[in-house]
Amino acid sequence: MSEHIVAKKIYYTVFGSLMALLGATVAIAYIHLGKLNVIAALTIAVIKAVLIILYFMHVRYSSRLLWIFVGAGFFWLGILFALSYSDFFTRGWLSLPTGWE
Amino acid sequence: MRDHSTALAHQFDDIGQQHESASLGMWIFLATEVMFFGGMFLGYSVYRGWYTAAYGEASRHLDIVLGAINTGVLLCSSLTMALAVHAAQLGGRRVVTLFLIATIVLGSVFLGIKGFEYYHKYEEHLIPGPDFRFEGPNAGHAQIFFSFYFVMTGMHALHMIVGIGIMLVMIRLTRRGRFSPEYYFPVEMTGLYWHFVDIVWVFLFPLLYLVDRS
Repeated sequence: MSEHIVAKKIYYTVFGSLMALLGATVAIAYIHLGKLNVIAALTIAVIKAVLIILYFMHVRYSSRLLWIFVGAGFFWLGILFALSYSDFFTRGWLSLPTGWE
Repeated sequence: MRDHSTALAHQFDDIGQQHESASLGMWIFLATEVMFFGGMFLGYSVYRGWYTAAYGEASRHLDIVLGAINTGVLLCSSLTMALAVHAAQLGGRRVVTLFLIATIVLGSVFLGIKGFEYYHKYEEHLIPGPDFRFEGPNAGHAQIFFSFYFVMTGMHALHMIVGIGIMLVMIRLTRRGRFSPEYYFPVEMTGLYWHFVDIVWVFLFPLLYLVDRS
């Protein structure tokens, strides 16, 4: 047997944490925090995603090679967002010379 | 030592290598899925940056209670899926079938609630197109929000329907005795797919339903 079998207890613990985080994210949504609302919601979403990836998807118990494959997908997603944002949200920073509008 | 089980495909040295290949292949596919949904998330967030007020108004038309219930249902389905894979690793044919059926039922409940929400949006004339009705000056921009809402949740729902189809195949294969504690990889890969679809919703729910609530 090459595969690590995750104890059921771990699945239940992760599931409990996910449900608790769901409750937290809904509760925080009703508190007015301005821009922090988005940051809090996304932080909780990332924690939930990481829990699912590490435990439900067994990545924590997988080889380093698999970690690279998993990381590559999200790294490329990071490139997509970083380069696109650097365009869309900096357009107002410089005024274009006349004739370029 | 070579493994002589019937599950071992001839191109692999041993079952461990075969398992590693299946996982790597599945994660390459999931990386393409990350990019597929990533493009939509990018579009959503760029327009959100431009039309923040309209997004807020439009988002408040979504039912937060139904959204939260659906998130809970989907997280439950991820647990039953994880337990199905766990049972497959131990070779319990009956238990695998039961947990896969539970996952299908929970997935169907999610789709049912989603369908109810869609119908409600149809009645409120919030489906983008000639019939779209929205009070106030932000109607055009609100239509962009609802376009993202329907495309993103629609693609997510389509992935769930595909997932349910794959699970039905897995139930059939399990009942035919195709899997063993040594070879259960298709069930595990189905699990990876289902958990990925769950993760997409984990981001869709706060971005569509929550962030403009307060």
